[in-house]
Amino acid sequence: MTNSIEIKNLDLSFGAVKVLQDLNLNIGTGEFLVLLGSSGCGKSTLLNCIAGLLEVTDGQIFIKGKNVTWAEPSERGIGMVFQSYALYPQMTVKGNLSFGLKNARVPKAEIEKRVARAAEILQIEALLDRKPGALSGGQRQRVAIGRALVRDVDVFLFDEPLSNLDAKLRVDLRVELKRLHNQLQNTMVYVTHDQVEAMTLADRIAVMKGGKIMQLGTPDEIYNQPRNLYVADFIGSPSMNFLEGNLEGGAFMVDDMTLPMTGYDFAAPQTADRPAIIGIRPEHVVTGELVRNAPLQFEADVDLVEPMGSDTLVYAKLGQHSFRIRMDGQARVHAGEALAIGIDPARASLFDKATEDRL
Amino acid sequence: MANSDTMAAPAALAAGPRGPKPKRRMTRGNIMVYGTLFIFALYYALPLYVMVVTSLKGMPEIRMGNIFAPPMEVTFEPWVKAWSQACTGINCDGLSRGFWNSVRILIPSLILSVAVASVNGYALSMWKFKGSEVFFGILMIGAFIPYQVMLYPIVILLREAGLYGSLTGLVLVHVAFGMPINTLLFRNYFASIPEELFKAARVDGAGFWAIFFKIMLPMSLPIFVVSLIIQVTGIWNDFLFGASFTGPDLYPMTVQLNNIVNSVQGVKEYNVNMAATLLTGLVPLTIYFVSGKLFVRGIAAGAVKG
Amino acid sequence: MALSEATDAGQAGPTKKPTRLFKNMASKIAALPMVFTALVIFVGGTVWTIVYSFTGSGLLPRLKWVGLDQYERLWNSRKWLVSIENLAIYGICSLILTLVIGFTLAALLDRKVRGEGALRTIFLYPFALSFIVTGLIWQWILNPDLGLQSVVRGMGWEAFTFDPLNNSSLVMFGLLIAGLWQGTGLIMCIMLAGLRGIDEDIWKAARVDGIGTVKTYIRVIIPMMRPVFVTSLVLIGSGIVKLYDLVVAQTSGGPGLSSQVPAMYVMTAMFGGQNLGQGFAASTMMLVSVVIILVPWAILEFGGKKRG
Ligand SMILES: Nc1ncnc2c1ncn2[C@@H]1O[C@H](COP(=O)(O)OP(=O)(O)OP(=O)(O)O)[C@@H](O)[C@H]1O
Ligand SMILES: [Mg+2]
Repeated sequence: MTNSIEIKNLDLSFGAVKVLQDLNLNIGTGEFLVLLGSSGCGKSTLLNCIAGLLEVTDGQIFIKGKNVTWAEPSERGIGMVFQSYALYPQMTVKGNLSFGLKNARVPKAEIEKRVARAAEILQIEALLDRKPGALSGGQRQRVAIGRALVRDVDVFLFDEPLSNLDAKLRVDLRVELKRLHNQLQNTMVYVTHDQVEAMTLADRIAVMKGGKIMQLGTPDEIYNQPRNLYVADFIGSPSMNFLEGNLEGGAFMVDDMTLPMTGYDFAAPQTADRPAIIGIRPEHVVTGELVRNAPLQFEADVDLVEPMGSDTLVYAKLGQHSFRIRMDGQARVHAGEALAIGIDPARASLFDKATEDRL
Repeated sequence: MANSDTMAAPAALAAGPRGPKPKRRMTRGNIMVYGTLFIFALYYALPLYVMVVTSLKGMPEIRMGNIFAPPMEVTFEPWVKAWSQACTGINCDGLSRGFWNSVRILIPSLILSVAVASVNGYALSMWKFKGSEVFFGILMIGAFIPYQVMLYPIVILLREAGLYGSLTGLVLVHVAFGMPINTLLFRNYFASIPEELFKAARVDGAGFWAIFFKIMLPMSLPIFVVSLIIQVTGIWNDFLFGASFTGPDLYPMTVQLNNIVNSVQGVKEYNVNMAATLLTGLVPLTIYFVSGKLFVRGIAAGAVKG
Repeated sequence: MALSEATDAGQAGPTKKPTRLFKNMASKIAALPMVFTALVIFVGGTVWTIVYSFTGSGLLPRLKWVGLDQYERLWNSRKWLVSIENLAIYGICSLILTLVIGFTLAALLDRKVRGEGALRTIFLYPFALSFIVTGLIWQWILNPDLGLQSVVRGMGWEAFTFDPLNNSSLVMFGLLIAGLWQGTGLIMCIMLAGLRGIDEDIWKAARVDGIGTVKTYIRVIIPMMRPVFVTSLVLIGSGIVKLYDLVVAQTSGGPGLSSQVPAMYVMTAMFGGQNLGQGFAASTMMLVSVVIILVPWAILEFGGKKRG
């Protein structure tokens, strides 16, 4: 797979504030890359740098092998979709779609053709003569996507395109976007802070924090093998349970409990003893019949029960530690009861307490 | 249906008057409120009324009677005289000359100053460059400097450029001094337009002028109207610059009005004076009464920051 | 494909950082009139005037240094001292009365009165008129023989005297009546906007706490409107310093010197008296007074937060 976008040693600061620092990222042709991170971590900034809307402080950006670090946004061969749609209010939908092409002096017939094709793909043919003010949120975002589509470019940049929509519409459009990507097979860089969007859409996810990429990997890697404590904590809802203890001779010791890490895939074959943190996802804790087959079995005291329909979230005490357990929606548990639970060390994550990196 | 009605109500309330609900009509407090408002309304309204009635009376009636009395015999002669025959110290061709001078000053000043200010505001909000904020800061401080401080240097500049005493020179002065408030107005307006719109246009390949003319201008009609209102009243009402930078032939209406009314020669014709005063006030008054809310918005915008 | 036209430009696109100077060029060119106005007219003009206020310029500006001579002469001139005194009287009264009247009218209008729109229109229209027009209207109304005084006398009150424009100790108040008429509407408008911006729940809370209306205004509302008052103050203050047209139209500075103001002193020195140095020194003093008004405001307004 060749690289569609290459970012080398990118720095960006606003005055004295360094927002992006020494950032490196390669995005393959046809890849759907999601930039995920909490608010203010620099996702939009990175996207704007790729688009050429922000001037980089240092470093280089290549798109399709061309150095575009100092090129105008319109010369980079990108299309961009914004959170607030950013449709030109005084132009019709058709005007919005064709504005960029007119600026590039594309012949009229070609404009007609491309607008018609984009409208067909996005099913907005009936809206072409309306002004954006007369469209619903979902329709507006479709037009915004169409504006990128007509440019016939290989790279699409999305900055939280769905976050202004209501929950149901968001799911619908998400599915459509995935379909669109399958159909067009172009490179997409997609900013979001919605984990579900990230997991469902991405070929790879880049989790960002403070202007740095904490982990770059497939959704499966990000979820199952978070590279550090931050990623582990950030991904998953409800978030991972963490217990602080010590790694001693291949077992994790916390208070008077001992968890032999049999089956755990250590990053380094001989991991020395050290203070460590174990992370266990609430949904990886088993209960009921399954406990018997689990490598490790404990008894927890139920503190609080939150039935959520499809699941039941149980807040329990494991020793002195509070511990979240995700159970089936049908589970009948009550506060004050004792609950037998099972844990599989192979599915847990271990982190060095000092460096917070995965062991 | 019912739902949308209840939704509309708070919005309407928010725009309307606030404060405690009046309990019952014509309580003592209410009489105080309306009484005070009435007295003030008289203070503000009577002068206009006096002007109008005086301008419609003949001189004998003015000498006999009461300035508040309506005219017994309505005559438009003072208006005609004020327009075409009233004398300044120098000539006797009435205010019409000043009126046309003012129009000739107003139109180019208006176009130029609004054009310059809108481009300034656009550049300052969307295309900041190193130092742009500094220039804007100087401009804002400049709005507070008494004009007298800059008057003589401008005389020299205009003289060097061969524009001293010409309408062009005066127009340029109006453009310069209208710049702070109008630039501020446009800058704040453009700054309130979502940045993403600007970014989208750049991705679409539009440059500085294309974005200005094709995206921003069509969106900013209201602010143009506000700016025009500020400039029309400001330029029309100017006295200082008109008197300092033009000669008698090119005096704007305000300067000529003052020369007519305060000229020491001859018998004072108060009816003609008032007709002339009214004529001079007519343009801004028309703007005021026609534009209504926008005028208020314009001056409030100008006032709060300028 | 047709698109290749657009991307061709990219192929040849710059691979090097463009020079700083040419970046954002269109914006820089478009801002030239602003840069010229800011630097040449505002900064240049002000500095020039200040510099030449230390010279003995008479008919023409000349760089013949005389130190503080012009200022010494200025402060020894009776006309200037009268001007300053007049402006002080006018200024203080105007400041207080404009604020009081402006706020009162706004507060009254805010009480859901009938005909608010009409009243607002009446209160504000004088602001659309020039000071020349304002001055001439009030010159006529205050005319002792035919104006207000004669009307009251005609009603049988023979001893009634109200002739401020011909009385040197009252003339500034004659100007004040006209000035207030022209300018209070604006302040009312700003105050009204301020009052409308106050959360209605404040009134409910005051009602629940059993605080009376007037007391609520004084104790709660006015302190909340501090920024609006500060803005009004700056506005009125910088307007007062510029006071000129009104005096020219209404009294021409008379009777005698009794309604002279600093701006008038400057104009006569510069354009009438061929005494440029005096004009420069006097206008520099005007600038100083504006600075005295503005600096505390700027510190109050922007002192705390640093602006980008
Ligand atoms: N023009 C600017 N000047 C100064 N700082 C800025 C500017 N734009 C962004 N920042 C700062 O840069 C950081 C990253 O901003 P960015 O918009 O990239 O965040 P984000 O990850 O997109 O967040 P969100 O999820 O809220 O959109 C933030 O701390 C922000 O305060
Ligand atoms: Mg963002």
